[in-house]
Amino acid sequence: MNTGLDNSILTLVIFVPLAGALLLLVLPRRDRDIRIFSLVITLLNFVLSLHLPVHFHRAVSGFQYEIDRPWIPKPNIHYHLGVDGISMWLVVLTTFLTPLCVLVSWKSIHERVKEFFILLLILETALIGVFMALDLFVFYFFWESTLIPMALLIGMYGHGRKVYAAVKFFMYTMIASVFMLAAILWLYAKTGSFDFTAIQAAIHSGQVENFAGAAPWLFLGFFLAFAVKVPLFPFHTWLPDAHVEAPTAGSVLLAGVLLKMGTYGMLRFNLGLFPEQSRSNAPWIMVLALIGIVYGALVAMVQPNMKKLIAYSSISHLGFVVLGIFSFTQAGLDGATFVMLAHGVATGGLFMLAGIIYERRHTYEIADYGGLATPMPKYAAFFLFTVLASVGLPLLNGFIGEFLVLSGAFRDRPIYGILGATGVIWSACYLLWMYQRVFFGKVQHEVNQTLPDLSGREQATLWPIAAAALVMGVAPLIWLNAIDPAVQTVLTPFTDLVSRVVGR
Amino acid sequence: MNPIPDMTQTLPQAADYIRILPEIVLAIFGMIIMLLDPLMDDRSSQKTLGGVALVGTLTALVSTLYQAQFPGLGFWNMIQVDSFSVFFHFLVAAVTAVVILTSFEYMRVQEIRAGEYYALLLFGAVGMSLMSSAVELVLIFIALEISSISTYVLAGFRRRAAISSEASVKYFLLGSFATAFFLYGVAMMFGATGSTSIVVIGDVLRSGQVPLLAYAGVALMFVGLGFKVAAAPFHVWTPDVYEGAPAPVVGFMSTAPKAAVFAVLLRLMFEAHAPGRIWLIWVVAALSMTIGNVAALVQDNVKRLLAYSSIAHAGYLLVAFAAFPDNGIPAVMFYTASYAAMNVGAFAVVSHFAGAGERYVTLEDYAGLGRRSPILAGALTIFLLSLIGIPVTGGFFAKFYVFSAALQANLVGLVIIGVLNSAIGAYYYLRIIVVMYMREPQLDAPTTPVPMGLGVALAVSLAATIYLGVLPGRVLDYASRSVAELMR
Repeated sequence: MNTGLDNSILTLVIFVPLAGALLLLVLPRRDRDIRIFSLVITLLNFVLSLHLPVHFHRAVSGFQYEIDRPWIPKPNIHYHLGVDGISMWLVVLTTFLTPLCVLVSWKSIHERVKEFFILLLILETALIGVFMALDLFVFYFFWESTLIPMALLIGMYGHGRKVYAAVKFFMYTMIASVFMLAAILWLYAKTGSFDFTAIQAAIHSGQVENFAGAAPWLFLGFFLAFAVKVPLFPFHTWLPDAHVEAPTAGSVLLAGVLLKMGTYGMLRFNLGLFPEQSRSNAPWIMVLALIGIVYGALVAMVQPNMKKLIAYSSISHLGFVVLGIFSFTQAGLDGATFVMLAHGVATGGLFMLAGIIYERRHTYEIADYGGLATPMPKYAAFFLFTVLASVGLPLLNGFIGEFLVLSGAFRDRPIYGILGATGVIWSACYLLWMYQRVFFGKVQHEVNQTLPDLSGREQATLWPIAAAALVMGVAPLIWLNAIDPAVQTVLTPFTDLVSRVVGR
Repeated sequence: MNPIPDMTQTLPQAADYIRILPEIVLAIFGMIIMLLDPLMDDRSSQKTLGGVALVGTLTALVSTLYQAQFPGLGFWNMIQVDSFSVFFHFLVAAVTAVVILTSFEYMRVQEIRAGEYYALLLFGAVGMSLMSSAVELVLIFIALEISSISTYVLAGFRRRAAISSEASVKYFLLGSFATAFFLYGVAMMFGATGSTSIVVIGDVLRSGQVPLLAYAGVALMFVGLGFKVAAAPFHVWTPDVYEGAPAPVVGFMSTAPKAAVFAVLLRLMFEAHAPGRIWLIWVVAALSMTIGNVAALVQDNVKRLLAYSSIAHAGYLLVAFAAFPDNGIPAVMFYTASYAAMNVGAFAVVSHFAGAGERYVTLEDYAGLGRRSPILAGALTIFLLSLIGIPVTGGFFAKFYVFSAALQANLVGLVIIGVLNSAIGAYYYLRIIVVMYMREPQLDAPTTPVPMGLGVALAVSLAATIYLGVLPGRVLDYASRSVAELMR
C-alpha cells in the first residue's frame, strides 16, 4: 500500500490543475502548445485521481485519505479534506470529464485560447475542492470559487446572449449561496468550529444552544443554495440560458459536475447536519422534485433547440437525484449517487455531441438538421448510444441509477415511485423523438449532405464516454460497493425512519 | 483625578517625540516639498517632489516600526502608542505611498503642476496618523481638521474642471458642518464626564450611572465621524465629491482618512465605552449597506459607482462595531486594511484609464479593456472580486470576520441584511468585469503602457489583497492585540 501518496493524494488532485493554470499564465501564446499542455495536465490529474478508487477501503465507512491541517487559527479554519464513497466518485467524474472538455474545445476555441484553458483548469480545481472539503469554510471557499471561472467561460466564449446568461448564472448562485454562508457562520458562532464532523457531533449530542429554534432556518439556508444549483423547480430558470449560451466545454462541466454540487451538498450537509429537518421537509421537497422531473421532461419535449432540450432533460434527471436523496432509503440514496455519475457521463456526452455538430453548422436548431445518419454514420452511432444511456436502457448506466431511485421512492411512498417512473417514459419520448428528427429520414438541407463525419480527435473524445456508459451499466458494483457504506453512514440518523417505513 | 494635566511642570521628554515620530517625519518632508517647489522649474519638479514625498512616507513607515518598540503614553497623556496606533500608522503610510506612486503618471497626464499636491498628501497623512494615536478628544479634533483640510484642497486639484472645484467646495462646506457637530459632541461629553481624555471618559462611563448628556455627546460625535466615513444618512456628499476629485485623491480619501476615522470610532466606542452603541450602529450600518448598494446598481460612471460602493463598505464595517469587542475590534481593523488595499488598487487602475481630463470614466469606456490591456484589466478584476467578497481575496475574509463577529453577538437581523446586500453588491461590480471582458472595444482610446510607478503601486495593492485573502491569520492576530489595549 502506497501510504506516502495516501496522505497527499487529495491535495495533489486538487492543486495539479491550479499549478497547470499558473504555468499556463507564463507560457507563450502558442495555441497548439497550450492545448497540448492542458490536455497533459488534465490527463495527469485523471490518472492521479484513479489512485482514490484503486486504494479505497471499500468495507470501511467514513472518510478516507483525510488530511487535517490548521490553516487559519482565528477563526478556527482547518485545511480538512477527505472523501467517502460518494464524493470520491464525483471527484473522479470531474477529472474524467475535464480532459474530454479540453479535447472538445480543441478547435472550437480559437480566440483567447490561453485564457480559456486557464479558466478551465481553475474551474477543475474549484470543483474538486467542493467535493473533497470537510471543513465548512473550505467548502464554501471552493463553492464560491467555481462561480467566477464558470461565469467567465460562459460570458467570454459563449454565443448569443452570453453576457445575460453569465450574469444570470452568477447572480442566481451568488444570492442563494449567501444564505448558506449565513447558516455556516451561525453554526460557527455556536460551535466554534467549521469542521463538518465536529459540528455533526455537536448537533447530534445536543450541545448547540438554540439549535432547535434555528435549525429550520439553517436547513433552508443550506437547501436554498443547493436547490438553485441543482436546479430544483422553481429555481431552474438560469439553467437553460446558461447552457444554451455556454461553450461546449462549459456546458459539459456545468451539466456534468456543477449541478452535482447541489445534490452532493444536499446529501452531505442537509442530510448530514439536519436529519430531523430533512425528514420534516421531505414531502414538499419530493413534490418539487417530481414537478421537476415531469415539468423538465415536458418542456424538453417541445424545445426546437437541441441544447435547450438537453438542458431541460438535466432538470428532469436531477429531479430523480433529489427524489432519491429525500426518500431516505438505502436504494434511493445509492441510486441518487449513481444517477449523479451516470448523468454526468451521458449528458456530458450529449453536450459534446451537440457541440461537435455546432462546430460544423453553427446552429442548434433541430429543424436545421434531419437525415444526418446518411452523411455522418459514426456520429449517429455515438449519438444513439449516448441517447440510449441517457434514456436508461438496461445495461447502460442510466438504467441502474433510475431503477434504484424509483425502488427507493416506491418504498417511501408508492405514488412518488409511480409519478417518478413516468419520467423515464418522458425521457425516452423527447430524446428519441429528437434523435429521429435529427438523424432519420432524408437529408433536408443541402448543406448537411457534405458534413464531414467524426475526426480522430472527436472520436477520442467520445469513446471514453461510450466506454464509461457501458461499463457503468454492466458492472455497477464497482461503483456501488464504495457508495453503499457511505450511504449507510449518511442514513444512520434515519434508521428509525427506515425501519418504520419498511415495517409498515 | 485631575483631568487637565499640568503642562508647566514637565517638559516633553525624548520618548514623547518618539511617540509622534512618524508625524514629525511626514511634516518635515511636507515642508521640504513646500520649500523645494518654488526653487525648481516646472518640468523637473513633479518627479523630484513626488520622489521626496515617497521617501517621506517610506521613512514614516520605518519610523512607525521603530516607534512600535516604545509603547506608552506621551505628551501629557494625549498620545498613546500601542499596537493599535501602529497598525493604523502603518496603514496610512502605506496607502499614502501607493497613492503617491499612482500620482506620478496622473499628474503628468492631467498636466497639473503643483508641488503642494504632494505636500498636502503628506500633511493629510500627519492628521490621519495622529487620529489613530490620540487619546484626547481635543487632539483628535485637531488631527481630524488637519486631515480634512488637506483633503478638501486635494479634491479641487483638477482646476480646469468645474466639477472638481464643485467637489472641493461641497466637501469643504458639508465637512466643516460635520466637524462642528463633532466638536459640539466633544463639548457635551466634557460636560457629562468632566474630561476630554478617552481613558478617563471610559473609566467614568464604565463606573456606573451614565448621564443623559453623554448619549447626546456620542450621537453628535457620531454624526461628525459618520460624515467622514460616508455612512448613510450622512453620505450625500460622497458621489459628487468622488466624481469630481482627481482619481488618485479619491483612492486616497476613500481609504486613509476613513481608516483613521474608524480608528477614532473604535477608541470612542470601545475604549471610551460610548453608551447607546448598538442601536446607533445597527441603524446606520443597515442604512449604509442598503442605500450604498442599491444606488450603486444604477450608476454608469465608474467613480460614482465606487463612491456608492464605499458607502456600502462603510456599512459592512460598522456592523462589526455592534459586535462584542473581542472579535468586533479585530474585524474592523482587518476590514479597513483589506478595504484600503483593494480600493486604492481599484482607483489606481481608474486613474490610469481616465486619460487626460478624466475623459474615460464611464462604464462604456471600459468596454473591451480585457483585450486592450489585459494586465490592468486583470488587476482591476481581482480588486473588484475582492470588493464583492470572493474567496482568495482580502475582501472575503474582511466580510467574513465582520459577519461572524456580528453573529457571535446574536445580531442575526443585521447579518442577514449584510449578506443580502453583499449579494446585491456583486451585481454592479460584476457589471464592470462583464463590460471589460465580454464587450467589444467601442472606442480607440489610446492604450498607454503601464509606467513603473503605477506598476509598483498595483503590485503592492494586489499583493496585499491576495495576502490578506490567503493568510489572514497574522494580520488578524496583530489586530487582536488591540482588544486588550482598548478594553483595559
